[in-house]
Amino acid sequence: MTDHKTSKEQKYDRQLRLWGDHGQEALENAHVCLINATATGTEILKNLVLPGIGSFTIVDGHKVSGEDVGNKAQAATELLQELNGDVSGNFVEEVSVNVNQTYWSFTFSIYTHVLNHTYLRLGSVLWEAGVPFLICRTYGLIGYMRLIVKEHTVVESHPDNALEDLRLDQPFTELKHHVECYDLDNMEKKDHSHTPWIIVVAKYLEKWYSEHNSQLPKNYKEKEAFRQLIRAGILTNENGTPEDEENFEEAIKNVNTALNPTKVPSGTEEIFNAEQCENITAQSPSFWVIAHGVRDFVRNEGNGNLPVRGTIPDMIADSDKFIKLQNVYRDKAMKDAAVVSKHVEALLQSVGKPPESTSEQEIKLFCKNAAFLRVVRCRSLAEEYSVDTFNKDEITSCMDSTDSEMVLYLMLRSIDRFYQQHSRYPGVYNYQVEEDINKLKLCVNSLLQEYSLNVNVKDDYIHEFCRYGAAEPHTVAAFLGGSAAQEAIKIITHQFVPFNNTFLYNAMSQTSATFQL
Amino acid sequence: MADGEETEKKRRRIAALTENMAVEGCSIGDWDGRWGHVQKFLERTGPFTHPDFEPSEESLQFLLETCKILVIGAGGLGCELLKNLALSGFRHIHVVDMDIIDVSNLNRQFLFRSKDVGRPKADVAAEFINQRVPGCNVVPHFKKIQDFDASFYRQFHIIVCGLDSIIARRWINGMLLSLLSYEDGVLDPSSIIPLIDGGTEGFKGNARVILPGMTACIDCTLELYPPQITFPMCTIASMPRLPEHCIEYVRVLQWPKDKPFGDAVGLDGDNPEHVQWVFQESLKRAAEFNITGVTYRLTQGVVKRIIPAVASTNAVIAAACATEVFKIATSAYIPLNNYLVFNDVDGLYTYTFEAERKDNCTACSQVPQKLQFPPSAKLQEVLEYLTENAALQMKSPAISTTLEGKNKTLYLQSIASIEERTRPNLCKTLKELGLADGQELAVADVTTPQTVLFKLNFTSETCSIKQVQN
Repeated sequence: MTDHKTSKEQKYDRQLRLWGDHGQEALENAHVCLINATATGTEILKNLVLPGIGSFTIVDGHKVSGEDVGNKAQAATELLQELNGDVSGNFVEEVSVNVNQTYWSFTFSIYTHVLNHTYLRLGSVLWEAGVPFLICRTYGLIGYMRLIVKEHTVVESHPDNALEDLRLDQPFTELKHHVECYDLDNMEKKDHSHTPWIIVVAKYLEKWYSEHNSQLPKNYKEKEAFRQLIRAGILTNENGTPEDEENFEEAIKNVNTALNPTKVPSGTEEIFNAEQCENITAQSPSFWVIAHGVRDFVRNEGNGNLPVRGTIPDMIADSDKFIKLQNVYRDKAMKDAAVVSKHVEALLQSVGKPPESTSEQEIKLFCKNAAFLRVVRCRSLAEEYSVDTFNKDEITSCMDSTDSEMVLYLMLRSIDRFYQQHSRYPGVYNYQVEEDINKLKLCVNSLLQEYSLNVNVKDDYIHEFCRYGAAEPHTVAAFLGGSAAQEAIKIITHQFVPFNNTFLYNAMSQTSATFQL
Repeated sequence: MADGEETEKKRRRIAALTENMAVEGCSIGDWDGRWGHVQKFLERTGPFTHPDFEPSEESLQFLLETCKILVIGAGGLGCELLKNLALSGFRHIHVVDMDIIDVSNLNRQFLFRSKDVGRPKADVAAEFINQRVPGCNVVPHFKKIQDFDASFYRQFHIIVCGLDSIIARRWINGMLLSLLSYEDGVLDPSSIIPLIDGGTEGFKGNARVILPGMTACIDCTLELYPPQITFPMCTIASMPRLPEHCIEYVRVLQWPKDKPFGDAVGLDGDNPEHVQWVFQESLKRAAEFNITGVTYRLTQGVVKRIIPAVASTNAVIAAACATEVFKIATSAYIPLNNYLVFNDVDGLYTYTFEAERKDNCTACSQVPQKLQFPPSAKLQEVLEYLTENAALQMKSPAISTTLEGKNKTLYLQSIASIEERTRPNLCKTLKELGLADGQELAVADVTTPQTVLFKLNFTSETCSIKQVQN
């Protein structure tokens, strides 16, 4: 409990409320590399410097055009460092990216601008080194992002609408005992009206079981009958009018979700069945070690269920009843996490690692989020570009609608082709626009042919992309700058879920789409 | 001398970089290519342009020399908006913000530095842009939007908002609606000032384009704004369960009783000593009920109603808004029609749709608003209706009417002496107050710059009191 906050805590207060102190720590230990200080690139970095990334390096050999005032990378570094004194930055002047081992030391690499043979090579180097790689481009009114990371695990995905873990269909012993302490039929009105709805549902479920062969209410009709059963339990006054018992209304309202069968969500099941979870070695990241431990729990002490999450929503109740009920869930969660810890310890021992390799905190956090774990695996650039493995189905089905954002992807690929052939972009100068339309069309056709894509790319898009003349309008660069920075933060903090793997933004229509290519 | 040269060189380097970032891949020469990225969209024909679009070299001149933009708010969105507009060629920009800079702004409001803490946001933002973007002239106003009248707002071609309050949004919305002129019932398009509104909260945001009098306005979609989280008083007073309840208890009930810093001293969430006191007392309260989880951070969050914020979301939404300003100013493309929602918690999600106008919108429909109550209803009920009805959501409406040819204030909350004088009216029935069926009530409120006229329709005694549908 800090009495007064440090100035860093004050500065970062608004974002600490989103990713916590541990997220901030991860950010401050990160070193990001930006290749090419374009408008997009500097916007991305700005949005990483402001929240306090540890350090950055800019690689760019281009000069600031028009004036002999120095190198672009240097100017950008100075500009960005000035934004946040906590961040250190440096630059490297290299016009053509030197694909060598230096890039392996980065936490994250961002590449902007188009030099296709370069980024493909860089992509494979970083893929092997396990360095997450993000390609961002602003081309006219189109924004493009491609995330390349072999495997990214997320414990804290922070889902927007998570279902509660109440175990009403399979109450654990301690919960059963606690519910037994209540006798709804012989309570003072005050207590009756301030009994947590979880208890109310549990009690009436017992009643229901005794009349329905211990079967849960299954369909709409039965659930409705169950709701009526609860409603009939509302106290009435001398005249027979029902009293105002908000807790019973809450119980009735929550019947639907409260009776959801407890089970391991499919996402988590998939993680348990993954090869990395099955085969734990001394090199296994702690995510997989703990996952294996939780899996062991599920198959043994958990009786097919995950460790209890330990949280309950707020509800109408007096303080004492609520806190006691909350503690029943909290204590069970702690117990379950301790059992998982034992499994993890045994696992670590079996591969010759000390038990301290994973902390209690890590295990507790994992157990709490066991229902929300996510693993993101992006395909490599090689897979995306190879004629044998490219995602033909996705491209073809999207192009059934000729204005799908997929056409923008095909246009960018065609632009790359144009650059390869002509060593320039189409339509940069006014006089080029018209002739370049035909040249670009040939590139489009050769692309479609090479990949045997039987899709229709409307001439309008070819014209439009020539019109762009490789412009990088600031507002589009800024949109991408914000988007990309947050994806980088997700990767660095391992919180929230990154996109997979191609994002396209159309500033004309203000629409976007994500494809897995 | 050498130092001065170095600093000057550095300053020019930064200025040139800021400029030339946007000219990437374009031309040789410095200022020749300065607006190259913008020119391509103004001087070339294209298949997706607005039907009214005509390529011309004058468009750029309009942008640089004539177009006048008002940016409301110089905070998270405002800073981004100012930068975006300045780098897109807009040079005549005014910015209004009533706040001063706080250290917690610095993680995203990048026009400010720690040395600027305490200074007005509008002033510092304007200084920064004017210094870094040669030719750009941002005029700051350290004021509330309500400090200006129609003549101020009328001078702008487009108004773009980065506000953090629904009340303020509704106010500017009402102001722009009041500027509309109709000839023979037909809206004069030259009286329309487009309003582009952006909002963010954590990883969520939205951007919308409002053409007052033509498309859905702020009040048309009032129900889209989620209700503010409040806790019931009985929970706060006697049945706390969450750490937040304990903090609210101290804030709402204990502070006025204890007056820890003096008789007339109100709780100031920006004063660390005040927050510290609330924190300590909240811990005590929590201990009484065995509640865990009270922290300094939570305390400050509850007291100040803090909304989490990051640079990235503000960057995205401000960018979308600035793109729309550009489209509308130049007719280069059809503007967003008319609402964009963004959320990057899980991947990146956008949703674009057309918010519809409400036929009986209190702000923009010009349909006379009705109030239906039995004559035995008390004025208090009318007041509650005005504040609680989802379509109205007034904050502290002042109700007045004309009785016997004279203007009579029935109830007004915001001025203590008048509140005291008119308070007894709340317990009187509409009949007792001398109101007749068909009587016009004029209602003023912070949510609108113009008085809203309601027509009172008496219902029979057996009708339920809260039945009022327009």
